[in-house]
Amino acid sequence: MRLVLVGTSHHHAPVELRERVALDREHASALAARLAEGGCEAVCLSTCNRTELYVACTDPEAAERAAVAALAELEPEVEKALYRLRDQAAGLHLFRVAAGLDSLVPGEGEILGQVRGAYEVGTTGPLLDRLFRQALHAGRKVRAQTAIAESPASVSSAAAALAEQVFGDLEGKSILLVGAGKISEQAARNLVSRHARIAFVANRTADRAVELAERFGAEPLPLERIGEELADADLVVSSTGAPGFVLDAPTVAEAVGRRRGRPLFLVDLAVPRDLDPAINDLDGCYLYDIDDLEAIVAETLVGRRREAEQAEAMVAAEAAKFHEWHASLDVVPAIASLRARAEEIREAELRKAEGLLGRLDESQRRAVESITAQIVNKLLHLPTVRMKQAAAAADGVVYAEAVRHLFGLGEDER
Amino acid sequence: MAELLFWPALLLYGEAAVGYLGEARRPGTSGRAATWGVRLGWLAQTALLAVQASRDDGFPWGTWAGSLNLFVWLVVSAYLIWGCRRTFRLLGLAVMPFAAVLLALAHAGGGIGAASRSPYSSAFLVLHVGLVLAAFAGFTLAAALSALYLWQERRLKRREATILRRPAPPLAALDGLAARTVWFSLPALTLGIAVGVARLIADGDRVDALVAATAVTWIVWAAYLALRSLRGWTGRRAAYLALAGFLLVVVVRLALPATHFA
Repeated sequence: MRLVLVGTSHHHAPVELRERVALDREHASALAARLAEGGCEAVCLSTCNRTELYVACTDPEAAERAAVAALAELEPEVEKALYRLRDQAAGLHLFRVAAGLDSLVPGEGEILGQVRGAYEVGTTGPLLDRLFRQALHAGRKVRAQTAIAESPASVSSAAAALAEQVFGDLEGKSILLVGAGKISEQAARNLVSRHARIAFVANRTADRAVELAERFGAEPLPLERIGEELADADLVVSSTGAPGFVLDAPTVAEAVGRRRGRPLFLVDLAVPRDLDPAINDLDGCYLYDIDDLEAIVAETLVGRRREAEQAEAMVAAEAAKFHEWHASLDVVPAIASLRARAEEIREAELRKAEGLLGRLDESQRRAVESITAQIVNKLLHLPTVRMKQAAAAADGVVYAEAVRHLFGLGEDER
Repeated sequence: MAELLFWPALLLYGEAAVGYLGEARRPGTSGRAATWGVRLGWLAQTALLAVQASRDDGFPWGTWAGSLNLFVWLVVSAYLIWGCRRTFRLLGLAVMPFAAVLLALAHAGGGIGAASRSPYSSAFLVLHVGLVLAAFAGFTLAAALSALYLWQERRLKRREATILRRPAPPLAALDGLAARTVWFSLPALTLGIAVGVARLIADGDRVDALVAATAVTWIVWAAYLALRSLRGWTGRRAAYLALAGFLLVVVVRLALPATHFA
């Protein structure tokens, strides 16, 4: 069985092209099943950043042609942006993908689930089964043993991580959302996913504030009243289109006096800024604007890339293990034939000596059986190991042929 | 035997101090090695104290240097309760160098050797010295938490781009833990002082400089809790007050015992 990979990703194709070959779970499963017809195995991995077809087949040329044709069927233009990898290179690629090393943001966690999803709906057999299991294991290992996935990769997740640096657990912390646009909503959602709750939504347009507040079970507020609610909020997320400050330092200072030392974390995602920078100078107030958050994200990405170097080594080691196993498949039939032949000879010789052995008692016969079996095993141990080593070094087929020839394996059938 | 146990304890505490410094630069292996250094060093020091206790008839840490040895053990014990958790690893940077230096001082002052006979009963020494030292160990830890709070708060205020690269405990956790530690320590100090004062009155002795300084220390830490509860003094103000209280602990522990023990 040979391993073939045909696909495209954000490295090779723009989003306009990628979106035309992106498949949902159902279609990916159907395509894998189609490519696996005729005794092959296939998995289709389709995410917003990549569509890749992994096929295991005895005829790699035909498998590659079929995979290319399947993607070209979805969008003929994609053919120019396709990469084609085989065996070791294809295996290593999947290991890197599962570890998030091929992602736009190194170490992003979503891809591991996507690889698992693709594997679950694929048409797998011994080869792809092993490949995907080992790739998922490598992905988990990289996440557990390096800090690649620990830092936030977006402005909203950076804001949430910073809030955790102030409050620890965000459970029950109340958010005052200023501005009902998409940006502030996205940042607030990130905080909500960490169990904070949106308590108030303030917006210049009342309708939009009411709509968003209803969705989050919050209370709508006019912009003029945000100062009143500051004493109760723990987090303020602001992103309005206002030309000046929506919240100034004296208003916050007045609220701070009523907070009995509780910290207040403020995120200003608006340009021009909504929140007076002097707020950061107030005791217990921590204000981050869009530039601060972007600088933190850029810094964490540098950190992720540094961790990626360590992760690459781990992934390469895991991929090498898979390659060794895969390569050993070339020599496994020859090894099995050799062992069967040796066992056949051993049994035949024992049968010939039945007259002599018949005089032995049961324990003596067992000893003879054991000794002859050990001789066979010891004789075949080194050739077996050497053949597997040769297979890993890509000479497996030559060695297997030599063994077949030298020991006359398979000649009886001919 | 005590000597044999002292050196591993000191070396392991020293290793932990260096390890935590490495952790501050690049989180990972050095932090884990430091944590093991604290654990194993604490075991070695526990064995050392056990040997001292079994060798002496009375309370073996009645001298200034001996009490310093016990004090270090109490500080590290308190730190071990939750300090080895990954998020609190950086706290080790504030605690372990201090512990290693004090243990070396205790050794230099003869706190590892046999204790001279004390004129006081063992029960009195266990209660008075033990409780006061336990309280001081708690205050030391509260001060370390407060120092870490101020460092982390400064990073957050400065909006350092690297802030998420080195994980530090959240401000709320540092502030809350410091307060909780003081809540446990102040009653111990109160009881320790009460036992000492009772003895002082019974013997008709005079109040010395150490007793006065300890009383001031008590007032500062009591004010820490009172202001926190009544006036909402949390966060930065509470942290500064804790550091002031710790300064008094240092004065009491290091500068004045000469008069008290004399």
